[in-house]
Amino acid sequence: MSKNTEFVKFDKVDKSYDGKVLVVKDLNLNISEGEFITMLGPSGSGKTTCLMMLAGFETPTNGEIYLDSNPISNIPPHKRGIGMVFQNYALFPHMTVYENLAFPLRVRKVQKDEIDKKVDKALSMVSLSGFESRMPAQLSGGQQQRVAVARALVFDPAVVLMDEPLGALDKNLRESMQYEIKHIHENIGVTVVYVTHDQGEALTMSNRIAVFNDGKVQQLSSPDKLYEEPVNSFVAEFIGENNTFGGEVTDISKDVCKVKLQNGEILANPVSVTSKGDKTTVSIRPERALINPKDKMDNNQTGKIEEVIYHGDHTRVRLDLLGNKEFILKVPNSSNELDLKLGNEIKVGWNSQDARALDPK
Amino acid sequence: MSSETKQILTTDGIPLEISLKKAERKNKIKAFLLVAPLLLFLIITYIFPIGEMFTRSIDDKMITNMLPKTFKSMETWDGKELPSEEVFASFLSDFKILVEKKEHGKLAQRLNKEKNGFNTITKKLFRQVKRNKIDETQSIKEQIMKVHKRWRNVEYWQAIKRTAPPYTSAKYLKAMDMYLNEDNKITQVSEDRRIHRILWLRTVEVAFFVTVFCFLMGYPIAHLLATLPMKYSNLLMICVLLPFWTSLLVRTASWMILLQQQGVVNDFFVMIGIVADDNRPEMMYNKVGTYVAMTQILLPFMVLPLYSVMKTISPSLMRAGKSLGGTPFVAFWKVYFPLTIPGIGAGCLLVFILAIGYYITPALVGGASGTLISNQIAYHMKTTLDWSFASAMGLMLLGGVLVIYWLYNKLVGVDNIKLG
Repeated sequence: MSKNTEFVKFDKVDKSYDGKVLVVKDLNLNISEGEFITMLGPSGSGKTTCLMMLAGFETPTNGEIYLDSNPISNIPPHKRGIGMVFQNYALFPHMTVYENLAFPLRVRKVQKDEIDKKVDKALSMVSLSGFESRMPAQLSGGQQQRVAVARALVFDPAVVLMDEPLGALDKNLRESMQYEIKHIHENIGVTVVYVTHDQGEALTMSNRIAVFNDGKVQQLSSPDKLYEEPVNSFVAEFIGENNTFGGEVTDISKDVCKVKLQNGEILANPVSVTSKGDKTTVSIRPERALINPKDKMDNNQTGKIEEVIYHGDHTRVRLDLLGNKEFILKVPNSSNELDLKLGNEIKVGWNSQDARALDPK
Repeated sequence: MSSETKQILTTDGIPLEISLKKAERKNKIKAFLLVAPLLLFLIITYIFPIGEMFTRSIDDKMITNMLPKTFKSMETWDGKELPSEEVFASFLSDFKILVEKKEHGKLAQRLNKEKNGFNTITKKLFRQVKRNKIDETQSIKEQIMKVHKRWRNVEYWQAIKRTAPPYTSAKYLKAMDMYLNEDNKITQVSEDRRIHRILWLRTVEVAFFVTVFCFLMGYPIAHLLATLPMKYSNLLMICVLLPFWTSLLVRTASWMILLQQQGVVNDFFVMIGIVADDNRPEMMYNKVGTYVAMTQILLPFMVLPLYSVMKTISPSLMRAGKSLGGTPFVAFWKVYFPLTIPGIGAGCLLVFILAIGYYITPALVGGASGTLISNQIAYHMKTTLDWSFASAMGLMLLGGVLVIYWLYNKLVGVDNIKLG
């Protein structure tokens, strides 16, 4: 079965609320059928606006959104057949769990026994069988969350939107819910558009992630690519931890460039620099820089330990390296032969491949 | 655990419960002292007057004290034929004391209320007593019966006997256009004299329709207030509250200016040609005026509870309703509306209760067909000075309100009420 790779399509969508500022700028985004795509970004980056346009609660100022090749800008929300899980669940407080789940079916004039069957199935999917007669207020946050998910899925929508659905849960519950939602998605193969500002959530759940900033998609790729190969300094900064050096390119070849820093020079991977003299921000993941590297690495520097923070499974070391006093290293707890003391000078090395020369900040 | 019933002791060996009570007693006393002035104020200004009103409304001691001997001797009278000589004698002796105290007029008035015709015959008897025409050595019964033929009529003596109990429900019956007849049966007054029942019905009707109008107008306003962005909703809120800050009298007077036959509204109707100049509709001094003015005046009492409830309803609920496939109407009717019921209940209860006792507005714009029971109460307070009747009607109004409250509690539940 070939899947429609343009199941949901944002085509040159602009959105402005006041006619002065564009909240979403020239958005082009294709979502394929059955995909779990996450819109990730800081608050105010336009991700929720995109979701609301897809759900039909906002209209695009310009451009068009297609669902299964049909333009939907002029279709009201209730005719789009898109399920939605809201930030605060939006369960109807005056209805029981059963009535909440039956609502989308009743408005579709489904037969009573059919409703019972579907509600049953949806509740067992979120392992809440037997909770039919409870009121939402009698449920815990996690249970309410699951009811909201079940309600969004019970009428077999083609697309389900989730607007920061786990934001109100505590950390442990959030993690288990992440897996649960992921498994539900895998089992029923519905297309999910998920909005969050939590990168951990995005990385663990999604097939693809669209990183939003300033109304634009900064990068759209799979979680691993996003983490390991950020295309610009915003993405590098936003996803995971990141050590940066600001400098200027002094020499460039196909896959390596020389960047002159304030005090020193490093080799880097030219991602978004093209010629000599370009300003750049070099980004290195903390776990890619090693202390006293045994293998040969093409960047070798010496730094002074400024701070040592114990984290249980690993230790964070803050170095003063090449003028950057915020250079972080992650040292796994197994390597306890290292002499990590304040003020000590240590050798640090990394491959130029992992030092990505991105656009200047 | 060995036993659950074992008393738990504090570290010092005092039973925990006692220790807890001790610790909380101080707070309780403090809390009580804080509310004590208010409690006292309420007792003095509310509970006490209501009690006073109640006793006044059923009090009939005056005549009991005027004719003590008569009533005593009447105890053995079966009330079927004319009473015995003894009754006549004690009546005369009571009457003489009243004449000395110059209170015979009051007696005549009271008895005349019980049965028409007492005024004349009491006056006649008074003249006889004054001239010492009655010879106490002979049969008093015969002599009194000679004063006027009505003294020979057993119905008049029955009427006197009916006034014997120190308490009476007559005022309450009167407010319902009923009275106790000669056989102590509750009877309706003749049809042309039934005015109170019309007033009660009209009061309930006006209160009901004012509540309905307030609801129909207040619901959209409250919804708009709750959903508009702050800067507009504040302005709208001021528009809603502005009448609140204007004197009730001024507002009623301005309605009079607007609604009278040569008023602004009529002028406008004539100007746009809806009505002819010589056939201006009467919009005041009737029910229309009462409805219009009361609805406007009571509208904030509907809007505010509704607003406070609607403010708490998350807009995402309506969105959820729509995204799940409900048309805007279904989403409103199945999701939004049920959630506003506590506000509707509070607003309707408030408006209805206020409307049922409304006074100034119907008095000024109501005219003859638009006056309500409260105007009747005021009339008896100020004009006829029949305070006990006014008290009785006031208490009936209070009772009605309590019944409505009780009904509301049964139907919606008072715990659901939300006043703000």
